[in-house]
Amino acid sequence: MAQQTTNKNEWPLWEVFIRSKAGLDHKHAGSLHAADAEMAIENARDVYTRRMEGVSIWVVESKNIHASDPGESESLYDPANDKIYRHPTFYNLPDAVKYM
Amino acid sequence: MNDQKALLQYTLRLADDGLILGHRLGEWCGHGPILEQDIALTNTSLDHLGRARSLYQYAAAVFNALPVADKAAFFTSVAIQKEVAEETAIDEDDLAYLRDGWDYRNVLLVEQPNQDWAYTVARSFFYDSFNSLFFKELSKSTDQTLASIAEKSLKEVTYHLRWSSEWCVRLGDGTDESHARMQQAINELWAYTGELFTMNDADAAVAAQGIGMDLAALRPQWKELVTSVFEEATMAMPTDAWMHKGGKDGRHTEYLGYILAELQFVQRAYPGMEW
Repeated sequence: MAQQTTNKNEWPLWEVFIRSKAGLDHKHAGSLHAADAEMAIENARDVYTRRMEGVSIWVVESKNIHASDPGESESLYDPANDKIYRHPTFYNLPDAVKYM
Repeated sequence: MNDQKALLQYTLRLADDGLILGHRLGEWCGHGPILEQDIALTNTSLDHLGRARSLYQYAAAVFNALPVADKAAFFTSVAIQKEVAEETAIDEDDLAYLRDGWDYRNVLLVEQPNQDWAYTVARSFFYDSFNSLFFKELSKSTDQTLASIAEKSLKEVTYHLRWSSEWCVRLGDGTDESHARMQQAINELWAYTGELFTMNDADAAVAAQGIGMDLAALRPQWKELVTSVFEEATMAMPTDAWMHKGGKDGRHTEYLGYILAELQFVQRAYPGMEW
């Protein structure tokens, strides 16, 4: 079966997001192939949560993710460089506050 | 058959089912149709091996507590008899690696070869659907060890059944070729499902003590479960005909010998070797 697989009939690619424990956000874990969303979640369970990495899984077909263009990074990100007043760096966070 | 010997044989059978099916599924490692399914199958394989391990540990403890005369007569495998003669306590590894085929008690279904993806799915589906009912009952066993192993296994089995049911539907309700292959696998393996529900002496003895159960009573529920998945998969239910049996009493198909040759070679050639 593997030999016959071509790009045309390969299963679509999915991006996998895993929440490692309640209260935290879902983080991008990687990608995998699956025929549909149901199989993608099951495959994600087997590929990415075997060592108890997660309590919740999101999957989204990779083609549905729209990304910014690396060629435009100067115009998109550089203007923020000299605006130091946008950073809350003047506050001291108490040690007890985690996950900021 | 006395109670402890029946318990031992019953526990061994459950362990052997897990070891042999785990070995079969493990044969897919590196050969799966796609990386993700390769990992899914080897995950499942490890679930079966893990359960087998707990059961072998329990079986070894039950065996070691038997009177000497019973120990000497229980297995025909020379390597185990030698340990008994030397008054060495046996352990889980001895049970897995030193018993010959006729001392293995697994059902014939689990030793059937992988053949192709459809056969692998069909074999797992028949076994998982049986297991889901079996372990639910076994978790109410009066034997605390078996009850707790069953309780733990139930979660794993639920996932196994979900995986194999979905693949039945994907292949059955897929292309013409996948449908034909799935139907063929179902038809051929059907004759091995009868043994899951037969009662041998050990089954009857443990059922009488509330440790085991009436397996035949599980069959109507099992058939209902199988029928509902087959309906969704657009597959025809095979008609009940002659069924293979013998594994539970140590009479196996030719395939078990090859599995054990591969599984046991290193320990037989280099006894006690570790890595």
